[in-house]
Amino acid sequence: MIERPLPVPVAARSRIAGYLRTNPLLVVGTVLSLLIVLVAVFAPLIAPYPGDAGSATHPLHTLTPPSAQHWFGTDQLGRDVFSRVVYGARVSPVIAIFVLLLACVVGIPLGVSAGYFGGVIDDVIMRITDVFLAFPALLLALAIAAVLPSSITTVTFAITVTWWPWYTRLVRGQAASVASRPFVEGAKASGISSARIVFRHVLPNSITPLIVQVSLDVSSVILTVSALSFLGLGAQDPTPDWGLMVNQGQQYFTTEWWLVTFPGLAILVTAVAFNLLGDALRDVLDPRRLPSR
Amino acid sequence: MTRYVLRRIALAILVVAGVVVLTFVIARMVPGDPAASWAGPHASAEQIARVRHQLGLDRPLPEQIVTYFTGLVRGNWGISIHTRQPVLQDITARAPISIEVVTAAILLAFLFGVPLGLISARWAGKLPDGAIRVGAVLSVSMPAFWLALILQLVFFQRLHLLPVAGQYDPNLDYTSPLAQYTRMPVVDALITGNWIVLWSALRHLVLPAVVIASYPLGVFTRMVRASVLDTVSEDHVRAVRALGFSERLVYSRFALRSAWVPIVSVTALVFAYSLANTFLVEAIFDWPGLGSYAADSITSLDTPAIIGVTLFIALVYVIANVIVDLVQAYLDPRIRLT
Repeated sequence: MIERPLPVPVAARSRIAGYLRTNPLLVVGTVLSLLIVLVAVFAPLIAPYPGDAGSATHPLHTLTPPSAQHWFGTDQLGRDVFSRVVYGARVSPVIAIFVLLLACVVGIPLGVSAGYFGGVIDDVIMRITDVFLAFPALLLALAIAAVLPSSITTVTFAITVTWWPWYTRLVRGQAASVASRPFVEGAKASGISSARIVFRHVLPNSITPLIVQVSLDVSSVILTVSALSFLGLGAQDPTPDWGLMVNQGQQYFTTEWWLVTFPGLAILVTAVAFNLLGDALRDVLDPRRLPSR
Repeated sequence: MTRYVLRRIALAILVVAGVVVLTFVIARMVPGDPAASWAGPHASAEQIARVRHQLGLDRPLPEQIVTYFTGLVRGNWGISIHTRQPVLQDITARAPISIEVVTAAILLAFLFGVPLGLISARWAGKLPDGAIRVGAVLSVSMPAFWLALILQLVFFQRLHLLPVAGQYDPNLDYTSPLAQYTRMPVVDALITGNWIVLWSALRHLVLPAVVIASYPLGVFTRMVRASVLDTVSEDHVRAVRALGFSERLVYSRFALRSAWVPIVSVTALVFAYSLANTFLVEAIFDWPGLGSYAADSITSLDTPAIIGVTLFIALVYVIANVIVDLVQAYLDPRIRLT
């Protein structure tokens, strides 16, 4: 007797419709997230001055306040802040996606091995994750990024090192509970290979909570990326990274408020959007939890 | 219980050992030859070799880790490159300053988060709930460094309501000098009854505390809301209702009680998270705590200081987690048995 892994439950579709009707916040989150993705994809079409997202400078138009030509004003090099904020949707959100992918690539196999095989393997892997989880995420990422040369690669590496243990822990829990169920024991007894059991049963059963967790983590990772950029440890000028733009605008901000305000708002809106989206996915994909009313 | 306590402490010691090894590895990830950078750009090969020997970098790696570990235990956390002081001494001098602002922030978050979560659960699905939930999402999504700058702009630059930076007005050092006992101006001023400095210190504390409170406020609000909603549908609360207790009592007395355990457990996490968040905020407010120290060490590439602060906060975090686990085991006997 082999149980088929359940994909998204059939009832999910009607639940999705239900939530959208009763929970306007989730609609807002989904729409905002989509909007951010669209802005990132179509940045060259949206930004009025695409060159300003790169190395262009306009020494005659520095630090002009928001106007019809420059909706968010211009920065210390005369670059259009609106164009840079638009292109910024291609920097920290993309870094965040890479971090989460890499964290899954490292975290999932370790979690599956720990949960499925148990014993010494489990002990060793989980004690190692305990060590990484003994640091607040921002702190460990900061320490690693601080000792390495500042770059986007460094930030991606530093946050990935911080993030994978969460997924190892989550997948391990799922894998351990699946591995002890009768159908897996049956499969083992009938001589089916471990690899096949892992790919057919253990992984599919862990995937839903993993998707929910990853989507909830998008905004935390974006906030961490921005924090490292703000400290100058990440993307370097002229990359239009939001955190870096806040950092650069800091010295002008008492008079030229737009330099700090708009990139920061972009970080906030993005983090809010993905937080709401994560909540929505959790409610839709995880029937055991009560919907957040 | 004794067995559980011993096991929990043994596990914590193992984790601490791992944390030490990990910080050692991070310190060694610095690109280039640490001996060469210590000796300076004009050092000769012979000088670099001497520095390498002095720093013990010519010893085998396991021996270096042991030396590092025994040094830490003896209080030798290295010398900061930018302050030229022992790192541990810098940290102990600055930790209270950060702990003051983080404690104030957690208190604020607690004072506002618990009632807000309760109100949100009481009128779930209604307008106040919607507003509070939007607020909670905003506060956990807030980039702390940006909020700090915006609040300075609004409350100092535009409204002239609050001071922009520092712990208290330095001019007061001449008129009503503050005796330093704890290095926390608010506490020192309270102990010595120095009300003028106390007022100034409280006013300076508001903005940094509010900024650091943002994340814990959202977390507390969401947790209280979720656990109260879980509880009100349980049998014992329904029984209380059936007995005719008012809705107000049902929520504030019976439903809230179950929320304390998750709140206690998240406080340690939130405290350590907020300590790390001071790295982003303190420098903006010219607040001379661990956060400013870490920010300075990062700009001056001061590896011993960076590693020292990281290790310190991780240790605080591990210890806080142990305390939380033990308190929880004490409150809930089921945990001890697992």
